[in-house]
Amino acid sequence: MAKPYDLRRYPGFFAITLLCLVILYAPLVVVAVYSFNDSPSITIWEGFSLRWYVDVFTGPESGKFKEAAWNSFIIAITAATTATIIATLAATAVLRAGTFRLRTVSIGLISLPLMVPEIVTAVATLIFFNAIAIERGLMTILLAHIAFCIPFAYLPISARMQGIEATYEQAAMDLYATKRQAFTRILLPLMMPGIMSGFILAFIISLDDFIITNFVKGAGVETLPTAIFGAVKQGIKPNIMAISTLLLAVSIVMVALSWLIGRRDPAKGR
Amino acid sequence: MAGGGATGGAVQSETYREARTLLLLPAWVTLGLLTLAPLMIMLVYSFLTKEFRGGVIWEFSLDAYDQFFFDRGLFGDEPPKIEWTYIGIFWRSIWQAGAATTLSLLIGFPTAYFIATRPEGQRALWVFLVTIPYWVNLLIRTVSMKFLLRDEGPLNDGLIGLGIISEPLGIVNTNLAVQLGLFYSYLPFMVLPIYAAVERYNFALSEAASDLYAPRWAVMRRIVIPSVKPGIIAGCILVFVPSLGSFLAPDLLGGAKTFMIGSLIEEQFKGNAGNWPFGAAASMILLTMVLILLMIFARQSRKEAA
Repeated sequence: MAKPYDLRRYPGFFAITLLCLVILYAPLVVVAVYSFNDSPSITIWEGFSLRWYVDVFTGPESGKFKEAAWNSFIIAITAATTATIIATLAATAVLRAGTFRLRTVSIGLISLPLMVPEIVTAVATLIFFNAIAIERGLMTILLAHIAFCIPFAYLPISARMQGIEATYEQAAMDLYATKRQAFTRILLPLMMPGIMSGFILAFIISLDDFIITNFVKGAGVETLPTAIFGAVKQGIKPNIMAISTLLLAVSIVMVALSWLIGRRDPAKGR
Repeated sequence: MAGGGATGGAVQSETYREARTLLLLPAWVTLGLLTLAPLMIMLVYSFLTKEFRGGVIWEFSLDAYDQFFFDRGLFGDEPPKIEWTYIGIFWRSIWQAGAATTLSLLIGFPTAYFIATRPEGQRALWVFLVTIPYWVNLLIRTVSMKFLLRDEGPLNDGLIGLGIISEPLGIVNTNLAVQLGLFYSYLPFMVLPIYAAVERYNFALSEAASDLYAPRWAVMRRIVIPSVKPGIIAGCILVFVPSLGSFLAPDLLGGAKTFMIGSLIEEQFKGNAGNWPFGAAASMILLTMVLILLMIFARQSRKEAA
């Protein structure tokens, strides 16, 4: 029997969706598969092996990559934590402190890094550090990362706060809680899922950044993306594919984590 | 990204009214000092004189903009002609970003529409599938694309193995490779806003049109697409803007003939022969273009909301 006429359905759309998913995943899957190739060539398949993963941790370039990974991690943790705190305070002022003249300006300032093309931010930040004569190094990378992480932390935090009614804090204060207590005991705990999502998003964005880091880093200071970029410029090698696959795994773990946190979210679940 | 729209939201209470300056101070200081002030200083630098080994001499000069738009001959004493090199690079960037946006729209719209018409319980999973690649490092995605597309790579091997082609397509280092790279980088940005728009679309409108004997594709063209237009425009902006100033895709997937704005700017700062005022001026021109685009978009969406 023929299906009833469904006017939402358009022939070919399902096929295009599948094509879309294939395009999105094919390059990643191919690199992940070839990272297990037991061959110094990136073209010929010579059987399954973990040798390039061993190479990443113990090979001749392992020192360089370990240091870069450590730098990336320290910067991402510090930048994401700072940005999350700044974003949480700012969201409280924007959503729960009434209307005031600088409110719109503040919202614009917070979304500014999202509107300016990344390469322009990179140039501006480099010129700024040059103009005030700060030596480029880990510190300059960290400062730049804190700034562009703020809007990414802010988005889930502000979305979450809009989902929490002000009546909870009102009730607490009717029962003689101070404003400080209402904030730390009521609002912050309710905000936790949003704050965690904001932190994870900021962490990933910091870990991901290449362009701004490449501009503001000092000579000899590398993060994982700049180290990988430097290596790729000499040609794609199997150890790069192993590192890429490891980073891919980290990203997927982070996504899964944020998804689980989102599911625990009482506002979304039932 | 639509101005304050994404980050705004209505005021919910006045609970922390007295503390608002204190609460906003960290954001003002950080973003004012590390985002706004640098943009101002960049504007100043674009009007300074270049130092030959990078950096600037603090002397007012219009040389950077003059070099961008005019050709005054080798010794700078000929009557000015229009300099097409840099305008050409900007034009190519616009074209490349436009092609990537079109490609994203052709694939992204049907995908978003399909996802939005799934049963409610399934939609989150489909959206999740489309967004996972966005969480993966952009550099790694671009390198993966190059690995897949290169002449000895799996794509060409596969097609040759199937007997579809007899020699490699030679995609890498062409405009097409850059377009594919940009398309791949920002495809999820096209899907998400369109999905959100189609999900809000009232399908009773489609039914009404169909009851009045509109054929299926006329319903799509005359009813669905106009209704979800804000989502489509938002998706196009979200793909076009980052594509315009991108550096990784043209640098890794392209060659000398695919030089884009991002590479032009990078060259002024990372090499030894860099010209900082010129790089700052090119950045200002790019920023102005993007802000004009965003302003048109913001005005358009305000008009449609009203």
